[in-house]
Amino acid sequence: MADEASIDPAEVTGEGVRRRDFINIAAVSFAGVGGLAVLYPLVSQMSASADVLAESSTEIDVSAIAPGQAIKAVFRKQPVFVRNLTPTEISEADKVDAASLRDPQTLDERTKEGKKNWLITMGVCTHLGCVPLGAGEGEVKGEFGGYFCPCHGSVYDTAARIRKGPAPKNLEVPPYEFTSDTVVKIG
Amino acid sequence: MSFPWANEYKPGHPLMQWLDEKLPLPRFVYNAVGAGYPVPRNLNYMWNFGVLAGFCLMLQIVTGVILAMHYAANAGVAFDSVEHIMRDVNWGWMLRYAHANGASAFFVVVYIHIFRGFFYSSYKAPREMIWLLGVVIFLLMMATAFMGYVLPWGQMSFWGAKVITGLFSAIPLIGDPLQQWLLGGFAPDNAALNRFFSLHFLLPFVIAGVIILHIWALHIPGSSNPTGIEVKQESDTVPFHPYYTAKDGFGLGIFLILYCAVLFFAPNMLGHPDNYIAANPLSTPAHIVPEWYFWPFYAILRAFTADFFFIPAKLMGVLAMFSAILVWFFLPWLDTSPVRSGHYRPLFRKFFWILLVDVIVLGYCGGSPAETKYVLISQIAATYYFLHFLVILPLVSSIEKPEPLPFSITEAVLGKDEGAVLNATPAAA
Repeated sequence: MADEASIDPAEVTGEGVRRRDFINIAAVSFAGVGGLAVLYPLVSQMSASADVLAESSTEIDVSAIAPGQAIKAVFRKQPVFVRNLTPTEISEADKVDAASLRDPQTLDERTKEGKKNWLITMGVCTHLGCVPLGAGEGEVKGEFGGYFCPCHGSVYDTAARIRKGPAPKNLEVPPYEFTSDTVVKIG
Repeated sequence: MSFPWANEYKPGHPLMQWLDEKLPLPRFVYNAVGAGYPVPRNLNYMWNFGVLAGFCLMLQIVTGVILAMHYAANAGVAFDSVEHIMRDVNWGWMLRYAHANGASAFFVVVYIHIFRGFFYSSYKAPREMIWLLGVVIFLLMMATAFMGYVLPWGQMSFWGAKVITGLFSAIPLIGDPLQQWLLGGFAPDNAALNRFFSLHFLLPFVIAGVIILHIWALHIPGSSNPTGIEVKQESDTVPFHPYYTAKDGFGLGIFLILYCAVLFFAPNMLGHPDNYIAANPLSTPAHIVPEWYFWPFYAILRAFTADFFFIPAKLMGVLAMFSAILVWFFLPWLDTSPVRSGHYRPLFRKFFWILLVDVIVLGYCGGSPAETKYVLISQIAATYYFLHFLVILPLVSSIEKPEPLPFSITEAVLGKDEGAVLNATPAAA
């Protein structure tokens, strides 16, 4: 306690702002900001680490994939479907009125110009992340001829667009480019 | 709190007197689960399941801590380390089967405990806080069980992790970053496996902490009982020890017989063969289902196949699944009938059994493939589930005419209660 002379009458009666209030607020605020600052690394450590994020681009030779066939490649530890569409599959996809779809997109928007037969999508169902069937030899393609997810019954068409079931979006098209006529670089 | 007629702890031996002055732990135990805790005399076997749940948690912690001594939480070796436990570690097979089936036993016991609460309206005032804490424990149990199932790093482990964390991706805007944050990557891998192991080790102790709060809250009003009427006098109660320690001991014996029968004769009955295949990120098992104790909620998740106004089907399914448990938090205020026990509520009683059947139907659908007929049945059953809590319960509470209640627990047990007239002399037991 300070000596008698310096005591503010307001401090004695408990009314008004005391000088000590400033110290209280300043100290608690500083501790609070410090606490939040400590929290940040504790939360951030959960995010993908640098080695996981390191861009792992994948190069694929597609020359061996005949029309009607597809392969599964790996990009960011997840499957990618590279599919060589047949002319029938392309025309089936084009016949559909895109505006009527849940996630409206045309096949042209989902493929590269002049490479309309190469449908390259993530093999990750947009519902809860299962790998849909249809890329492997002899797998069920579902009633729209594209992919079928066995987990919760989502059905994709020949442009890998969602047509039926709980998935909200079309299969994601990853960033990719053709580095030559037969080699595609994903990522 | 206890009743005024509770026995008082009297340390006999000088050592116990000394201990009672320094740290009255024996006094605490005596008043909590000993002769110093008066409990309604009419508790039936449905009241065994709290103690059984506590036993299951202890079982899981003991077997779990031991398994952690042999398990390696690394995506490269996790699957092999589990096989190492099964084949090479002395008694490893027994400890792992005890832990895996212990989880199922824990859920069986807790589901019975919860439905006991539904039937006898154990959630009603003054016991709301016990109920709310119980729902918190159940949510923690689900999180713990899910993360534990990921650890063997088999096919079901991997795809379960992917699908369940995928639930969070349904949240608008922040969904995808949130899922990546939870997994520490784009798909379940080492980062996810390690954090799941860390949390799977931590959460049971959090559960133990909430259980202490649960029991603390229980000891304030004391246990409910099958009549649902409150304790009025000494003749309504008996001391916890030896009466209920004996009754719980008998129940524990029955439980252990059934548990050991599964553990030693059908240890894989409740598991999935797919989980004996090492995790493969490129191939989803044809029929992916969670463990049986998640089936009713999984069926509700899958019941939403079409967009609901502006809410996408995927988000709607996730919201419905979480709501199916969150609705329990509101139960004390949805059921407004002043009568607790289903024994005296003719209409409520019928709807209780319908709800039980409904949840079993949901469970059956949740464990079946995502075929049209099961989805359709799930949709009907999920609708009824929410109708029960949000419409039927409040409605029944307001229109039902309950049957007459006995004067006291003593009267319910003995057919007459001298205390009803004199309210002083305890009836002879």
